[in-house]
Amino acid sequence: MILVMVVCGPLGNVLLGRGMKQVGAVSIWPVSHLLTVALRTFANVSIWMGIGSLLVMFIAYMLVLSWADYSFVQPASSLAYGVVALLGYLVLGEHVSPLRWAGIAIICLGVFVVGQTAPRTTNREMAGPD
Amino acid sequence: MRDLVLFSLIVLAGTGGELCMSRAMQRVGGVASFDPAQIVRVVRRGLGQPWMWAGVSMMALAFFALLGALSIYNVSFVVPVTALSYIAGALGGIFFLDERVTFWRWMGVLLVAVGVTLVVLGKG
Repeated sequence: MILVMVVCGPLGNVLLGRGMKQVGAVSIWPVSHLLTVALRTFANVSIWMGIGSLLVMFIAYMLVLSWADYSFVQPASSLAYGVVALLGYLVLGEHVSPLRWAGIAIICLGVFVVGQTAPRTTNREMAGPD
Repeated sequence: MRDLVLFSLIVLAGTGGELCMSRAMQRVGGVASFDPAQIVRVVRRGLGQPWMWAGVSMMALAFFALLGALSIYNVSFVVPVTALSYIAGALGGIFFLDERVTFWRWMGVLLVAVGVTLVVLGKG
């Protein structure tokens, strides 16, 4: 679930970014321009896939928080920074600076350390049928 | 003064929103399986919690405050915001959600905060 979270969040943002680039610069006046832009936005496949990804990530986030501590999930979700860099490097061919790779290595180390602690330290019921 | 207000608003509303969302899900209880019916039930129960909507409103507030801040300052503004969010998150976990943050969890959180700071700096 944490994997779903850290992959879907960045993926959603990248897809939305690509979608809006395809739509082009937004002009909101006259109103007919705004309508054209809106129509083109909602007709764009990337936009819908982006919205879908972000929705999946929000649901995964809710589910993870239903059984794990926030102080466990918040640091773990920062693996997304690594996914963003990898996506940018592999898919978009972006240059990733050494400082950024170093930061990602430290994040991974930190997540590993957090991962050694108990995911849940509060008492809570497991959800049963209604 | 305006900077300080905007800055605290983003950190506190952003982290506070996620903490409220966590509290809502804490009350709903854990998902035991990947059974779709159970997932739908837990998500619906989560959305029925007032804490969830308090959390979502605070996150929206923080989002717009961040957009506003970015129109005034450049991206380096984000650096202390993200770093401090991890500290605020761990503190909120302790005092708002009754979580036990052990020495090692603190160490991990601090490492992540340092790493995220470097990533944001490395993008500039």
